[in-house]
Amino acid sequence: MTQLTAYLLVSALLFAIGLAGALTRRNAIIVLVGIELMLNAANLNFIAFWRYGPHAYVLTGVMFVIFSIGVAAAEAAVGLALIISVYRHYRTTNLDQIDELKG
Amino acid sequence: MDWIVHKLWLIPALPLLAAGLSALLRQRQRRLAASLAIGAMVLALGLSCMAFASALQHPGHGAPVRQGVNFFWFQYGDPQASGAAVWLGWVLDPLSAIMLVMLSLVGLLIFIYSIGYMAEDENLTRFFCFLSLFAAGMLGLVIANSLLLLFICWELVGLTSYLLIGFWYHKPSAAAAAKKAFITTRIGDLALLLGMVWLYSQTGTLLFYDGGNGCLETSALARLVTQTTVFGMAVSTGISLLIFCGAIGKSGQVPLHVWLPDAMEGPTPVSALIHAATMVAAGVFLVARVYPLMAAHPASVAHVPGPLQVITWVGALTAVFAASIAVAQMDIKRILAYSTVSQLGFMMLGLGTGGVAVGMFHLITHAFFKALLFLGAGSVIHGCHEEQDIRRMGGLRLLMPVTFGTYAIGMLALSGFPLVVSGFWSKDAILHSANGWSVSHWPFYLGAFGALLTAFYMTRQVCYVFLGSARSSRPEEALSGSEPPQVGCYEVHESPAVMTIPLIVLAAFAVLLGFVGTPAWPWLQGFLNGQPSAPAPNALVEPEVLRLMALSSVIVLSGVALGWRLYGRRKRTEGIEPDVLERIRPDIFALLSRKYFVDEVYEASVIHLNAWWASACDWLDSRVWASVVLLASYAVIALSWLNRLLDEYVVNLGFDGGCRGLREGGTCFSRLQSGRIQSYLRVIGVGLAVLVLLLMWGCHA
Repeated sequence: MTQLTAYLLVSALLFAIGLAGALTRRNAIIVLVGIELMLNAANLNFIAFWRYGPHAYVLTGVMFVIFSIGVAAAEAAVGLALIISVYRHYRTTNLDQIDELKG
Repeated sequence: MDWIVHKLWLIPALPLLAAGLSALLRQRQRRLAASLAIGAMVLALGLSCMAFASALQHPGHGAPVRQGVNFFWFQYGDPQASGAAVWLGWVLDPLSAIMLVMLSLVGLLIFIYSIGYMAEDENLTRFFCFLSLFAAGMLGLVIANSLLLLFICWELVGLTSYLLIGFWYHKPSAAAAAKKAFITTRIGDLALLLGMVWLYSQTGTLLFYDGGNGCLETSALARLVTQTTVFGMAVSTGISLLIFCGAIGKSGQVPLHVWLPDAMEGPTPVSALIHAATMVAAGVFLVARVYPLMAAHPASVAHVPGPLQVITWVGALTAVFAASIAVAQMDIKRILAYSTVSQLGFMMLGLGTGGVAVGMFHLITHAFFKALLFLGAGSVIHGCHEEQDIRRMGGLRLLMPVTFGTYAIGMLALSGFPLVVSGFWSKDAILHSANGWSVSHWPFYLGAFGALLTAFYMTRQVCYVFLGSARSSRPEEALSGSEPPQVGCYEVHESPAVMTIPLIVLAAFAVLLGFVGTPAWPWLQGFLNGQPSAPAPNALVEPEVLRLMALSSVIVLSGVALGWRLYGRRKRTEGIEPDVLERIRPDIFALLSRKYFVDEVYEASVIHLNAWWASACDWLDSRVWASVVLLASYAVIALSWLNRLLDEYVVNLGFDGGCRGLREGGTCFSRLQSGRIQSYLRVIGVGLAVLVLLLMWGCHA
């Protein structure tokens, strides 16, 4: 088992935890936390493939991941703002009760 | 051409306008309606006199001068192919000129008289509206230069005659008389229409005179007499006889005379204007107008043309037939009505034997004295408070002197009293021409007998009404005891001046008009025939003329004497007692007073047949056709039930089922969209897992 495989396993585990959190929890904030976890699993994947890839001396992987983290931060801010306004409207953050868009 | 020829249409148009305007008036505006009608008639009379003067200024040389205006009315069909144009027009010739003056003058006098006679009727406005409409139709009829226009006006006067006979339509007898008049004349009019259509199909025009192309002009007539139809009869003969049928209906000739006496249910001025002086003379005028057609015969044949023979015989028979009925009538207006029928027969006799001038001379003089007689009778009826039975009158000569004087003149004129009155000269002209008829002498004998009867029944009537002593009015009043018997009918009074002045004017004409056509100076005959005439006093003393005048004088005087002997000398003071004739020969009197049972015969034959036919049609309608219709309707109902079942259980159910399936499917699918974000995520996750598995399986493979 190479080092890359270990990183990939950690990242897959992280993704699975995030996915499980996003799918099973009812609280919107926990779901957002799960989504952040999945995103970071992807970032870890990215950096691992860069580090053990053929062109490790070019800084493209790092650049990409730093951008991705920045975007994730912005996205988390927007998501939290959404959750706050949803909460203000419905007085709850339980996702099962926020089903206005059902058919 | 004179100005008046172009404006001739104004003469009928003015009364028509008056009729239209008074139709818009309210019932209360009586004065306005009367002045409208009379004003229009005065203007029409003025224009007619101008037209007459224009006709006088163009004396013909051997043939009457005809000035007219023809105008295009409408086009039917394709002008290049079989279609044709229909033209109308008016004509001013001596015949129409003299008729125009006569009609508007008599009409005006009767209009004026009506103001007095109808003073108490609440529907005076309507009355004058109808009278004006009638005058328009009649004036249009005489100036028409097209058989079609003549027919239109002919039907218009027929309509107004119907309206005016039924003017008091609340009286069932008046309503029935109006219907009878309308339907009876319709029989003749149908024949006239057929004749008109036939004439059109043969000549292609209905214009009388059209510069050589008219249907009464030489070329058309020459064509008509050469063609023959069934039984070898010339086409002109067939057409003439059909047209004459129209004249029979309108002029009350036998056998269609039955409507005219019943028409006396209308107001008396109407009887005077329409059913004595003018409209009934329209038939005579029609024959005079189409006389060239009636008289047309091939040059090779010398005998008298068939239509003229028919006209003569019908006229002669009618003259005697109606005169004999008049002898036994008791209603003052019915006597005059039968005398009108009889005199119309005389006119036909004159037309048939002597030509246009003879018939028209009697038409003109008759119009004046018969209008006079009717208006006099109206004055009597008015004075006696709507009493019409001559047995309840009597002694009126002192109570109504003006009426008596004028009535006596009218009676003398109708009887043909020698030398002084117009009736003598015109009747003499007819008898003279009948005497010279080449076919048979019988029309002359019939005419002479008719003249005798005329003198007799008029004397009888005058004796009953004016002479003798007053008879008490009604049986119940005579029996009513305590009061002394009334003098005179009721409070008999002379009529107002508005009624007597027309009587005096008409009486003057009844005397004077005779002198325009005496044998000594046959001015009227010359005028009508377009030949200049000069006074020829010697003609009076020619033996033949003198003999005939003497004979007719003897006939008239013996008729008057007989009437005087039977009725004049007796003083009858009781109300209803049998007539003298009735005591002498009750059977003949009954036959005459029941009018030869003509009405009963028609009732038993034509009307009965018609009623039977109507009930047969009704039976067919209610039994046969009704059941067919019922069957058809049941079939339709059954079909519609079937249709409904199909609709409800096949179409509706199938459609409903389909709709329900769609709706349920939609509900099912809409559950997938739960609005829960995590269930979507779950699907995405499952999908991702499946994709990963597929990918890995693919890499392995």
